[in-house]
Amino acid sequence: MSGMRGLSVFISDIRNCQNKEAERLRVDKELGNIRTCFKNDKGLTPYKKKKYVWKMLYIHMLGYDVDFGHMEAVSLISAPKYPEKQVGYIVTSCLLNENHDFLRLAINAVRNDIIGRNETYQCLALTLVGNIGGREFAESLAPDVQKLLLQASCKEKAALCLLRLFRKNPDVVNADGWADRMAQLLDERDLGVLTSSMSLLVSLVSNDYEGYSSCLPKCVKILERLARNQDVPQEYTYYGIPSPWLQVKTMRALQYFPTIEDPSTRRSLFEVLQRILMGTDVVKNVNKNNASHAVLFEALSLVMHLNAEKEMMSQCVALLGKFISVREPNIRYLGLENMTRMLMITDAQDIIKKHQPQIITSLKDPDISIRRRALDLLYGMCDVSNAKGIVEELLQYLSTAEFSMREELSLKAAILAEKFAPDLSWYVDVILQLIDNAEILLPYAASKVREYMDKIAIHETMVKVSAYILGEYGHLLARRPGCSARELFGILHEKLPTVSSPTIPLLLSTYAKLLMHAQPPDIELQKQIWNVFKKYESSIDVEIQQRAVEYFELTYLVEDVEDTADQSAIKLRAQQLPSNALVLADPQPVNGTPPPLKLDHESASQTQSQPNGDLSKAQSQIPSADLVGEMVDSLAIEAPPVDMGSHQRVYREEDGIPDEVDGTAIVPIGDQANKVEPIGNITERFNALCLKDSGVLYEDPYIQIGVKAEWRGHHGRLVLFLGNKVTSPLTSVQALIQPPAHLKLELSLVPDTIPPRAQVQCPLEVMNIRPSRDVAVLDFSYKFGTSMVSAKLRLPAVLNKFLQPLQLTSEEFFPQWRSLSGPPLKLQEVVRGVRPLSLPEMENLFNSFRVTICPGLDPNPNNLVASTTFYSENTRPMLCLARIETDPADRTQLRLTVASGDSTLTFELKEFIKEQLIAIPMGSRALVPAVPVPAAPLAQPPSPAVDANDPGAMLAGLL
Amino acid sequence: MGIRFILMVNKQGQTRLAQYYEWLTLEERRALEGEIVRKCLARNDQQQCSFVEHRNYKIVYRRYASLFFMVGVDDDENELAILEFIHLLVETMDKHFGNVCELDIMFHLEKAHFMLEEMVMNGCIVETSKANILSPIQLMDKAH
Repeated sequence: MSGMRGLSVFISDIRNCQNKEAERLRVDKELGNIRTCFKNDKGLTPYKKKKYVWKMLYIHMLGYDVDFGHMEAVSLISAPKYPEKQVGYIVTSCLLNENHDFLRLAINAVRNDIIGRNETYQCLALTLVGNIGGREFAESLAPDVQKLLLQASCKEKAALCLLRLFRKNPDVVNADGWADRMAQLLDERDLGVLTSSMSLLVSLVSNDYEGYSSCLPKCVKILERLARNQDVPQEYTYYGIPSPWLQVKTMRALQYFPTIEDPSTRRSLFEVLQRILMGTDVVKNVNKNNASHAVLFEALSLVMHLNAEKEMMSQCVALLGKFISVREPNIRYLGLENMTRMLMITDAQDIIKKHQPQIITSLKDPDISIRRRALDLLYGMCDVSNAKGIVEELLQYLSTAEFSMREELSLKAAILAEKFAPDLSWYVDVILQLIDNAEILLPYAASKVREYMDKIAIHETMVKVSAYILGEYGHLLARRPGCSARELFGILHEKLPTVSSPTIPLLLSTYAKLLMHAQPPDIELQKQIWNVFKKYESSIDVEIQQRAVEYFELTYLVEDVEDTADQSAIKLRAQQLPSNALVLADPQPVNGTPPPLKLDHESASQTQSQPNGDLSKAQSQIPSADLVGEMVDSLAIEAPPVDMGSHQRVYREEDGIPDEVDGTAIVPIGDQANKVEPIGNITERFNALCLKDSGVLYEDPYIQIGVKAEWRGHHGRLVLFLGNKVTSPLTSVQALIQPPAHLKLELSLVPDTIPPRAQVQCPLEVMNIRPSRDVAVLDFSYKFGTSMVSAKLRLPAVLNKFLQPLQLTSEEFFPQWRSLSGPPLKLQEVVRGVRPLSLPEMENLFNSFRVTICPGLDPNPNNLVASTTFYSENTRPMLCLARIETDPADRTQLRLTVASGDSTLTFELKEFIKEQLIAIPMGSRALVPAVPVPAAPLAQPPSPAVDANDPGAMLAGLL
Repeated sequence: MGIRFILMVNKQGQTRLAQYYEWLTLEERRALEGEIVRKCLARNDQQQCSFVEHRNYKIVYRRYASLFFMVGVDDDENELAILEFIHLLVETMDKHFGNVCELDIMFHLEKAHFMLEEMVMNGCIVETSKANILSPIQLMDKAH
């Protein structure tokens, strides 16, 4: 670098760095050095400044934050000599953006250059403004720039610069009379001026072509001149082709005008286009070939746009048909892309269909870019006549397609199958294959089936399929209208009298599933279904009879255990209250609360043995309770059991301690002035939302806060629904997010007032930076009348939301497992005090938080292996593997091994899984978010000294 | 706006030049560059085309010896025109440096930037004549 030795030395050093760490050290050293120089040496020469500023740009380019020295970069703009000035301009436009404060400092210097006499300086200044100019530039410079438009030199730059200012601040810049000036610019002979003027025209007409019609014939003239190679200097000829970029741009500009009225202009244009279509040959030289085809493809686009001459159109289709089968991948790609555009033209479709076999071949191209284009084209060209063939090809491809394309592929296949199904059985086949292939489609499939069930007469096969799908996945729709378990049952049961006897057992299975999946449990539904089971207990068909009997027993058993769970939850609450009271007296109230909640499962098993009437039955059935334990768990998490409410009320009345104890237990609400009590249990609501994506987060007599979330990779969008339940407005509404360090959260504006009976939606964008189990807290408050209500609510943006289920085969699993050897990437721990679960229940548990069990991979039947993908900005999609080795003799302990390519992720995921295994309410950890291993006391098995049957003794042991 | 960014990255994935025509934070740039480089470097230039679709960009790229030139454009740019624009840039650098290599760009980053500055403004191609592109650099060299 001319004379700047220090800079060359620095670059060489960077180049010689062996690894990223060494590079970072060298960069840090240099940044320190520059900082010192800038600080100490006020009278730095422009030359020295220039050198340092280049180093800053270099460091910035390497991806390091340069948060100082902007002032020095900006100050170079006013340097007297050209080299320094130029550096100032370029570095400033790379490092700063229009919202940067320092940029304001540059305005004066930039203005001086714009109004100065030096043409080169003018160009520099205009380019800077054209690249990064913002509002303040517009306000102070627009008139000066406008003057330059009339000048001999730099006018095209001035025009582009003005365009940016106009785009950003239409209210500041006066656009009157631009059309005339634009037309004048197009009269220029100089191809450089025309190139930038055409960019300007494209930008202008893409917004609004009206008013620029005077430019249209000029564009055609320019195109003619280039296509006939008239008066094109060598400088603007590229491999023998007159400026391909200007040709392309001119044709692009023409595509923004809807039609060409003037017959002679039209004729000239078609002549030129014809010439391009016919006269473009494939040549050996790659660059020449690319350049001529760039022009040709643009001409094709323009012809399609004008959609006039039939003959020319068929010429285009013929060309495209040739392109999609050539060897050159770029041309193949563009051929497919343009053919998709061609679909827009009504009569082109039939000609395109002739190329279907070739397009299907492209679906198997080694290049994903080409495969994507082929997929788009097939999707676009599909209709009743070819749907069968195309959908089957898509399905076939689905089984081998890469992960990144599967979602789009399945959706497209599903949509096409639905739109164009020639017969129902084919549609069912397609849907079943899709369901088999893609988990994301389950709710979609279920909802489609549900729609079918509304039809008056449906085929029995469809009843079977629907029964199966709704039984398995109907609960995914539970929140949609008309899709509650009871409604699904109703609609299926209507069909029962019409079906033959082999279908009845299938329906019975579905009823049992619906009953099991109903959340919260539906007593009415249960009654109805039990009646059905009872009715068929004496069926003459053995299959039906057996199912009826068994399903009745099974669901009855669940009911029993649910009772127990109910009791235990109440018991638990009873234990919490005294412990909270104690804690409140404790000098560290915040940290004092966790233990009681965490011993859930122990206390749960405690309560089972309470001498409490008919519970003895459940007690004697503890092993069978295990079988359905999963359902009990989910009950406890999902929603308070049915009659919980009455018990809660009892407590409130008796103790005079409001239910806000609940809130206190989660996050201290902080003030006693808070007289409004929440409805329902905040912790349970949070826990439920951790495993599903919509529900109520908080409710009190005046407001209900609902949440609906969507998660995609490391991004999430959570919508808060603030619903005013009363007939007067809620005022002073405030929602503040306290984000943990690992999440980037952006809450849109929350209105100050929620009108009576209104619901306000506040989207919250979530981005996961890195793995962590910390939880974001929403600090929410509002005023009702004169009383201020506030609540601190944990937001269900928790670790498992950033997991994507992924099932691996053993060929995929084991090499990865072996390659991650030992800490810190692979961590192992013996976990004790696990709530006892059978293997299928444990599988369900893991699947429920999106760590997918890979069945049959581990040779030992007592072990499970699982896999998932974790998304965060730092780790990017990261494969995580887990292995659980259980001890059939002692279900309360197991060995857990977790592995991933990131040590923090491994640790956090391991701790997360541990929490899930140890405790229901899984969120209890967040009681003390700052303490990293709060579950620690649980990892120890409960001291045998504590009499497991005496809650008092146990409580004492806890405290 | 057509061109969103221009990147030059070597085979090891090290960025040698980055010019953005829309504002991205440093983190966004790092993430984007990482993703694109991984995608493009994994491709086989014999059988595969020069276009990669990524997020809402289309990346047009070309490889010269150890250096990848990647241009991120809007969905509706003329891909082949951009592909040849890359070649024009390389030829312009060739004209100035004489058989340009990665080291020339590393050690003369400012000149590469000056050339781009002449060729592209606010994402639009504004100049394609090599003589015009190089004239400010010659002006500067004279000043020394």
